[in-house]
Amino acid sequence: MSWSFAVDLAMAGLLLAIAVFTIAVRDAFAAVVAFAAYGLLVAVVWVRLQAVDVALTEAAIGSGLTGVLMLGAAARLRGTERAAQSARPAAWLRVVAAVLSATVATALGAAVWFFPDPAPTLAPAAVGEIDATGLGNTVTAVLMAYRATDTVLEKVVLVLAVLGVWSLAPDRAWGGRPGTLYRPDADGVLTFFARVLPPFGVVIGVYLMWTAADNPGGAFAGGTVLAAMWVLVMMAGLTDAPPVAGRALRLLVLVGPVVFVAFGFAGMVIADAFLAYPVDYAKALIVAIEVPMTVSIAAMLGMLLAGTPSRPVQP
Amino acid sequence: MSSATLLGLCSAVLVGLGLYGLVANPEPLRKILAFNLFGSGVFLIFGVVARRGAGAGLGGDPVLQALTITGLVVAFAATALAVALLLRLFEATGTATLASGTRPDADASNT
Repeated sequence: MSWSFAVDLAMAGLLLAIAVFTIAVRDAFAAVVAFAAYGLLVAVVWVRLQAVDVALTEAAIGSGLTGVLMLGAAARLRGTERAAQSARPAAWLRVVAAVLSATVATALGAAVWFFPDPAPTLAPAAVGEIDATGLGNTVTAVLMAYRATDTVLEKVVLVLAVLGVWSLAPDRAWGGRPGTLYRPDADGVLTFFARVLPPFGVVIGVYLMWTAADNPGGAFAGGTVLAAMWVLVMMAGLTDAPPVAGRALRLLVLVGPVVFVAFGFAGMVIADAFLAYPVDYAKALIVAIEVPMTVSIAAMLGMLLAGTPSRPVQP
Repeated sequence: MSSATLLGLCSAVLVGLGLYGLVANPEPLRKILAFNLFGSGVFLIFGVVARRGAGAGLGGDPVLQALTITGLVVAFAATALAVALLLRLFEATGTATLASGTRPDADASNT
């Protein structure tokens, strides 16, 4: 058994142990904390799978943002836990669920075990056409060029999710400010971090977006770091969440998807298809799309974390 | 057994664990958490398939890796919407249960 296999074995064991804890533990708060730790470990597994771009996104979104979102929800729902737990399904139902889950897991495991050999792959095709995109990172090339339609539609999903969260507002807070206004200790650690970290965070976020052309990174990972900085400043009470009816916020949310779709239609004229880029300045167009897209991702993720409007614009 | 196969089998178990949590835990927040675990297992299987497709100087199939990134973002968007719905339910009714029509304390006698 080689060292690298031993590392993977240990990691798989740890991953399963944390997953079992997340499912089995009584306290929802403990489950959420374990899930955030699980997300970070999964990010390491992505590095082991030679997918550094995914690892960055997983660490930022899968662990970080989901963790913060769930922690906030768990804290607010703390009082309902006991009542909800009393509605636990009967023992026989849990046995049926366990059998069902084991069957699904076994079927998937069998699929993994009997994977076709040699494995089908699009890697040679992705590398073969990379020069036409002007990029050096094949994952970015897939996201922004080969399968840009997926990325456009994913932006649409994000916009719809933001609209959905905003639409849940009660009448009195319609178009108002989301979440609560935090007033933590002005000399506390959180406030200190919220003043010190953002300059670095903004540089890292922009760098992740910019470097993705040739190195691991990405507009999502970059946008998430920017969103995290924004949320940190909001949580420290240094700024309030903007009212969702505000024009500036809506512009920030829409600029990325709109530019992306506009360039998509422009591709029908300047190249030969929707979302096609002319070979000579493909990279320039991709960067021109990615910059507003990163801004919109940051705005949308930040607003998804802030949640449903709960305070009227004029209190 | 290769590392990719090992991590693939681990992911299959993660999917099973997530599915069990989704069905067996009555708390909506825990269901959302379990669903994320379920999704994470599916993404990791994608990652394993991508790793097996290594070639042309790459450590994995970039198409599947890019799809996973898109999947992660969509999964987060869905989770955020689900959590917002749950918190709104709590705000409107004072409870956070999926039991239909009855108050959760009335349900306790059935279990």
